[in-house]
Amino acid sequence: MDFQVVVLAGGVSKKLLPLVSKDLPNALLPVANRPLLSYTLDLLELSNLKDLVVVVEGRDAALQVRSWISGAYADRLQVEVVAVSEDVGTAGAIRAISHHLTAKDILVVSGDLVSDVPIGAVAATHRRHDAVVTAMLCSAPVSGPSESGSSGGKDKTKKPGRYDLIGLDPTKQFLIHIATGAEVGKDLRIQKSILRAVGQIELRTDLMDAHLYAFKRSVLQEVLDQKAMFHSLKHDVLPYLVRRQLKSEVLLNGIPQAEDNGNEKVISQSNQQMVSQILANASEPTFHLRYALGLNGCPSVRRTHKCCVYIAGISKYCTRLNSIQAYSDINRDVIGEASHLSGYSFSAHNNIIDPSADLGAKTTVGPHCMLGEGSQMGDKCSVKRSVIGRHCRIGANVKVVNSIIMNHVTIGDGCSIQGSVICSNVQLQERAVLRDCQVGAGFVVTAGSECKGEVLAKK
Amino acid sequence: MGAPKKSAVRVSEDTDELVRVPLQAILLADSFTTKFRPITLQRPKVLLPLLNVPMINYTLMWLESAGVEEVFVFCCAHSKQVISYLEKTQWLSQPNFTVTTIESHNCVSAGDALRLIYERNVIHGDFVLISGDTISNMSLTEALREHKERKKKDSNAVMTMVIKRSKPNPAIRQSRLGTDELFMAIDPDTKQLLYYEDKADHSKAILHLEKSLLADNPSLSLHHDKQDCYIDICSPEVLSLFTDNFDYQHVRRHFVKGLLVDDLMGYKIFVHEIYSDYAARIDNFRSYDTVSKDIIHRWTYPLVPDVMNFGNTATKLERQGMYRASEISQSQSAVIGPFTSIGFGTKIGNNTKISSSVVGEGCKIGSNVYIEGCYIWDNVIIEDGCKLRNAVVCDGVTMKSGAVLEPGVILSFKVVVGQGFVVPCYSKVSLLQQPVEEDSDEELEYADSTSAITSKVDTSDEEVASQVLDTQLHSASELGVGGVGYIWSKCEGGHEEEWRHSVAPIPADKISEAMKIMEDELELTYDGSILPPSGELKPDCNDSEDDDNEDSRDDTYFEKEVEATFLRAAQENIQEAHLILEVNSLKLSYNKVAADCAGAVFYALVKYALDTPHSSADSLLQNVKDILRKWKNVLRPYLTDIDDQIEVILKFEEMCSESAKAFAPLFTSILHFMYEEDIVEEDAILNWDDEKKDADDSDKVFVKQAQGLIEWLRNASEEDDDDEEE
Repeated sequence: MDFQVVVLAGGVSKKLLPLVSKDLPNALLPVANRPLLSYTLDLLELSNLKDLVVVVEGRDAALQVRSWISGAYADRLQVEVVAVSEDVGTAGAIRAISHHLTAKDILVVSGDLVSDVPIGAVAATHRRHDAVVTAMLCSAPVSGPSESGSSGGKDKTKKPGRYDLIGLDPTKQFLIHIATGAEVGKDLRIQKSILRAVGQIELRTDLMDAHLYAFKRSVLQEVLDQKAMFHSLKHDVLPYLVRRQLKSEVLLNGIPQAEDNGNEKVISQSNQQMVSQILANASEPTFHLRYALGLNGCPSVRRTHKCCVYIAGISKYCTRLNSIQAYSDINRDVIGEASHLSGYSFSAHNNIIDPSADLGAKTTVGPHCMLGEGSQMGDKCSVKRSVIGRHCRIGANVKVVNSIIMNHVTIGDGCSIQGSVICSNVQLQERAVLRDCQVGAGFVVTAGSECKGEVLAKK
Repeated sequence: MGAPKKSAVRVSEDTDELVRVPLQAILLADSFTTKFRPITLQRPKVLLPLLNVPMINYTLMWLESAGVEEVFVFCCAHSKQVISYLEKTQWLSQPNFTVTTIESHNCVSAGDALRLIYERNVIHGDFVLISGDTISNMSLTEALREHKERKKKDSNAVMTMVIKRSKPNPAIRQSRLGTDELFMAIDPDTKQLLYYEDKADHSKAILHLEKSLLADNPSLSLHHDKQDCYIDICSPEVLSLFTDNFDYQHVRRHFVKGLLVDDLMGYKIFVHEIYSDYAARIDNFRSYDTVSKDIIHRWTYPLVPDVMNFGNTATKLERQGMYRASEISQSQSAVIGPFTSIGFGTKIGNNTKISSSVVGEGCKIGSNVYIEGCYIWDNVIIEDGCKLRNAVVCDGVTMKSGAVLEPGVILSFKVVVGQGFVVPCYSKVSLLQQPVEEDSDEELEYADSTSAITSKVDTSDEEVASQVLDTQLHSASELGVGGVGYIWSKCEGGHEEEWRHSVAPIPADKISEAMKIMEDELELTYDGSILPPSGELKPDCNDSEDDDNEDSRDDTYFEKEVEATFLRAAQENIQEAHLILEVNSLKLSYNKVAADCAGAVFYALVKYALDTPHSSADSLLQNVKDILRKWKNVLRPYLTDIDDQIEVILKFEEMCSESAKAFAPLFTSILHFMYEEDIVEEDAILNWDDEKKDADDSDKVFVKQAQGLIEWLRNASEEDDDDEEE
């Protein structure tokens, strides 16, 4: 397919502290008892995209990721794990691994994407339009601006929600305007020249940039070379390409420059566009073409490139794990409504209990729960909508609701855990009560302590 | 929120059931513009012929066919002509279609007209607002139903605008109708209009949308590809809104934009898009040309010459889009090209070629004449060998042999073009002289000039005749030997318009020029290689300059207001307390702080002193002392802070060096006096001195002058300190 995939797996994200650490980089954070990165890799494998470069920030993290991948995906994917220094940004990461890239088109995926959108479809859209960049958009989470919009003015002033403002052409194939993470408090500015060229723009605030892009390699590398300032693909490179699409120095790959030379090349350019137009199978010429052909239909010398979008269906699942809230949500969804993502088969009770797990008398595990291998639970426990990892030891009379418990956690009798995340090797002594807490790896919660909304981690 | 709304809905439903209000329409038979001058000096625009039928007939016919039962024709300019025309054509005596005329002579805008109609209290339900130069064949049923349904759900939905897809040329930035490009934002689901910008400022390359628009609408579509058809379905509230906002003049520029900006009242405007139907307004000569061609091409069916069958002469459609009335005498050798209309009783000579043109009734066209893309009205005489391209030729014009009209020429009524004379491109020729009071101000459209000239012309067949005589006396006519008429000089700013709004096609060089500009602009917009990280565009530097100007303007306004307030108080002996109240309210409305007020009030006081008659510096000093002593209580509330007092000193310093140099020698004594009167404290003076330490020498003039006082103060305060220590 001649697509190379770059997976930006990140390093140890500050936003996810204390869940991640030196020993557990973002990529290996367990989501429903599977490393986060495996969701992306499986999704890519599903679309038969097997030529991968996984970029990890930091050497140590890279080593861990490499060893995990070489074990888990040894004969399934061709993966190269590359370490880059921290804080180079997404654009910097691509710059750093530029020499690894050889294919005609590059697919850049964020390693924190949990989704079931067929990535192959994005790649196909990209190819079909011969686009310079294709971005995947998905519906914005409901907790986003749409809610604050309906609940009136007060809410808005309280927290200026951020959202992506996306302008599409009427056929919803092309990206015309993008302001990512725009603050609600800012007025919108749109270039009239673009509106003139396209005639109509649909502005959407209910879509989200999923941070999955297909780039034309030559263009991406050229832009990154020219603009040393660019730090982020999402905030710098993509808006730049979108803005330059009608007047472009970045040229279509393989199409001869039609600058001062005679008509032949001009025609070949427009012909090529015609061909791509026919491929696009749209009844109406796109604005790029119309624009490129000039006003009287005569092909004038114009350099345009296309920025396309692939909009995921509203029923598709697509979320990025970039906050603790998102972590809890995704875990809940993966064992709940988006259970097909987990890759496990659910029992008749809508839950997964590993056969090697050991449940005490009168212990109940409700629907939308997961219990990993070798975990033991005492008598009279109750688990609701929670994930429990491998080899945990849980005493009697323990309540676990809406929580995530990673591996090798020891929980004493009579504990109650609600809406919390407990990392590996944590010890909860008897009668500890946790509500909306995050407990970092290896922490010991003393007997009888009660915590609410706290972050507990080793100093 | 729920309860009152519900009851409102119920009431409206009740009225719907009880009384069936006939569908009404307001037809404005005056465009309140001057775009069709010089023709409109003698005949109102709505009576100008469009394929040999006055425009107003198209509008009225459409209204009748669309199910409107009662039409109010509002006449202003040339009202007599309009009324007598309507009488003559029996529009006033149709069985199921009532046409009532409303006449006024002092309205200068559509807003005035609607206010007048509101006073008459003749509109009782939803009505169609249209001007008499609109051609359409759309069906109103759907739009009306949508309007009524919305109205039932939301009583604030007061207007539905009809729009149609039409992509303006991105280079020359106008539609095929010659109107400016239009930017709109529409909610794609509800079709609510959220933004409307028609008089686009070309210098601004960026469209600015309010943040609230985005916060309230998860998706909205921006349009540049729609054309406003100027057909509005309005609720009766629209009229009262015009009355409430007596400064609304223009329906689009003021009313629509006013409602969109104003979120207090919450009135909403919606759009209805038509797809296969036709609707267009004749706004200028280019749209006159475009609409005429559309009619010939039968886009407006059934409003086409052979079907309308207006008047008593039947027109037949022949092959290749030729419309021919009866009794045409045409030479065998004459060639009449496709898409041409020839009126009743016209004679065409040998070897004459006519293509893509409209020729009216009773014209005499000689031999070897070449006519292309022209609009020739009735009883025109064109002698042998003339050449006309893309011109409008009004009734009764005579073109002597060999005369040539270059593209874009307008010949008004009864003009005579001399033998062999070449009328240059875009000339406007009339028997009447160009009105002198024109200025290029945009307000012109509402100025009284229209009505003033109108009234003059209305009565004036003889007057025209006498003017004609005058011109004939000055036989060195502007139109060649034997020519009669004045070529109007192009008014300022008209240079741009003449090719935009002319009947002639846009010259190729203008297009390429515009394309070039467009490209340059793209280049400009993209200038600056470093982007702000948020992905937002950089704000224009123009904008910030504007803001600055606004600020400084605000400052001077504020000072002037305060001064005026003070003067009034001084002259009318208003109590101090009241004056303070007034200044406080100014402070709030201009968003100022106490220091600004202190400065402004002080400025007003000293200015007053300066303006009070005085003979010498001493008496001026006395004046200042008196006034400051009398009014210091007004100043006091703003002087609570040391900084405010420093502001006063700085202000005084500024006045002494700029606006009121008479005070310069008195600076120290007045400062000392202010100190004695406790207007400024010693700390303020000392701080002022400290602040000025690092200033330029030029700024230190007054500090030096006051050095004695400052020294004295310093010593005094040290002594005080010493005293305390002891």
